[in-house]
Amino acid sequence: MTSTLPAAEPPSEPGAPPEPGGADGARSAKDSQHDGASLWQQALRRMRRNPIAIVGAVIVAAFVLVAVLAPWIAPYPAQATPGRDLIRPTLIPGPSAEFPLGLDRFGSDVLSQLIWGARASLIIGVVSTLLGLFGGVALGLLAGAFSGWVDTLAMRLVDLMLAIPSLLLAVSIAAIAGQNNSSIIIAIGVVQIPIFARLLRGSMLQQRNQDYVLAARSLGLTRGTVTMSHVLPNSLGPVIVQATLVLATAVIEAAALSFLGLGGGRPTEAEWGRMLTGAQAELALAPQLAILPGLCISITALGFTLLGESLREALDPRMRRRR
Amino acid sequence: MLRLIARRLALLIPTLFGLSILLFLWVRALPGGPARALLGERATDAAIAEINELYGFNRPLHEQYARYLGQLLQGNFGTSLTTRRPVLEEFSNRFPATLELTIWAILIAIVLGIGLGYLAARKHGSVLDSLAVVVSLLGVTVPVFFLAFILKYVFAVRLGWFASTGRQSSDIDATHYTNLYVLDGVLTGELDAAWDAILHLALPAIALASIPLAIIARMTRASVIEVQTSDYVRTAIAKGLRPTRVRNRVLLRNALLPVSTTIGLQVGLLLSGAVLTETVFSFPGIGGFLASAIYSADYPVLQGFIIIIAVVYALVNLAVDISYGLIDPRLRTR
Repeated sequence: MTSTLPAAEPPSEPGAPPEPGGADGARSAKDSQHDGASLWQQALRRMRRNPIAIVGAVIVAAFVLVAVLAPWIAPYPAQATPGRDLIRPTLIPGPSAEFPLGLDRFGSDVLSQLIWGARASLIIGVVSTLLGLFGGVALGLLAGAFSGWVDTLAMRLVDLMLAIPSLLLAVSIAAIAGQNNSSIIIAIGVVQIPIFARLLRGSMLQQRNQDYVLAARSLGLTRGTVTMSHVLPNSLGPVIVQATLVLATAVIEAAALSFLGLGGGRPTEAEWGRMLTGAQAELALAPQLAILPGLCISITALGFTLLGESLREALDPRMRRRR
Repeated sequence: MLRLIARRLALLIPTLFGLSILLFLWVRALPGGPARALLGERATDAAIAEINELYGFNRPLHEQYARYLGQLLQGNFGTSLTTRRPVLEEFSNRFPATLELTIWAILIAIVLGIGLGYLAARKHGSVLDSLAVVVSLLGVTVPVFFLAFILKYVFAVRLGWFASTGRQSSDIDATHYTNLYVLDGVLTGELDAAWDAILHLALPAIALASIPLAIIARMTRASVIEVQTSDYVRTAIAKGLRPTRVRNRVLLRNALLPVSTTIGLQVGLLLSGAVLTETVFSFPGIGGFLASAIYSADYPVLQGFIIIIAVVYALVNLAVDISYGLIDPRLRTR
């Protein structure tokens, strides 16, 4: 899924800002296409016209908003069990005025659990993606900047990590990290390192042969300067697209790992994957306990995927020529 | 061609060697150390000292590794903590179930994925095309275990059309040669047994197929759209070739090349997905067993299964690479 990513074309100006949100909020839409706007500015303009990108952005924004505002909008505090006296072995009350989406088997309010779960997912997703991103960029930079044995060693390590199916690798890492919440974050982050590393290295090898690199070098810049301030910023396009897509996978994988019983934590703790695990036993009695968190995971993953895909499309030089 | 195979097999050796080091260090990095991992959480200090002496965990690391590697090469992967049986035996008992499940899943994914992707591209911009795009999006965004849940709840628990757990009903007395239950049923003529196995397989196979199906459909669609506007297809039409001939000989052949590469990349995803799907359906394969090994902290099983799976994974990837050489003559000379 990740190895087929098309590499982004170098921006029109070599020192373009690598941040997608960079500095063009004020630019008006009547600016012409060839006014020297950077790759990222052009991409953002293209995304604003793409309804798919807007749908993705709205979903992601709603998710982030709910996660950040959880303490204020959740009807009940995290891990509270306000309805525990209403739970019977054969009865789990559904929606009511007091509990809009019903209760789970511990007597927690499902709506509150979902809201607090968004917070947990956001933290896990963002932190693990950053971990994978920085680890992968460091490893890929090492391999892409130095050829020879450093490159070979780094890529052998990458091959080794990719020789284990990703979920099993994550499970092994989580086992070392122990039964706590951060072990899931570490596991998902580390699994992404080889993918980011390979992507950045490939992209850097491509950039290294471009004319602007030759120009920079013939100006007498040192190899370090050329690599860090010319090759690297221009190679980050595919990596940032990948990071957006990984946010989607991270939400799903986090749920999968806690579904498998990794990561510890109390059973009443609000986490979408754990809510699904708990619901397994009451599938016939209260199917909504499985369906609601599952929908939350799917919609969030959909939002990040749509955003990532449209970003990839907006950065794709083949798409640009058509305009 | 033979040189390619030999070279790829030779490349496998350093990978496996590195993997054995990684897994060796992994067990030693587990919280509480390897002896506690072997004996379980409630082991006494005396028992741990005994195990350390017996297995040489108190010896220098390189000595321990040499010993561990020797055992691996003899096919000794240790003993499961929960079942007290050799890890290799546990693996080989369960592997046919997972093999059967993944074969069905990949078949469903290939047939539906290529079909949907092809039709979507031919009717580019139609309702069918939009449907293909939606399906390929849902396939990657709906978690496998959630889809498995929904399928199980609707079609097994509510409607009762399919079985919700296991591989075969307990009242069926079937003969097994290959341990692929559907194939066994057909081979022995016990069609009721084969049908019963299909009723058990269908839902987990569909759930497991969802991700590769989405990716294959998407790839096929993109590839066919690109090829059908290419110059050589236009030339073939201009030459006056019959449409069916253009479609089968020119269009499909060229469009399916990148798709076949994508199919090969799905093996790892299928193995990861099998762990989750088998857990939901209590399907007695390696995935479900792995999941319970995680739950009970059965480290010898985890270590052994991961290394065997990595070998299987590498061999499948090798087979896939070789098959590209057969499909695309241009790759043979490399």
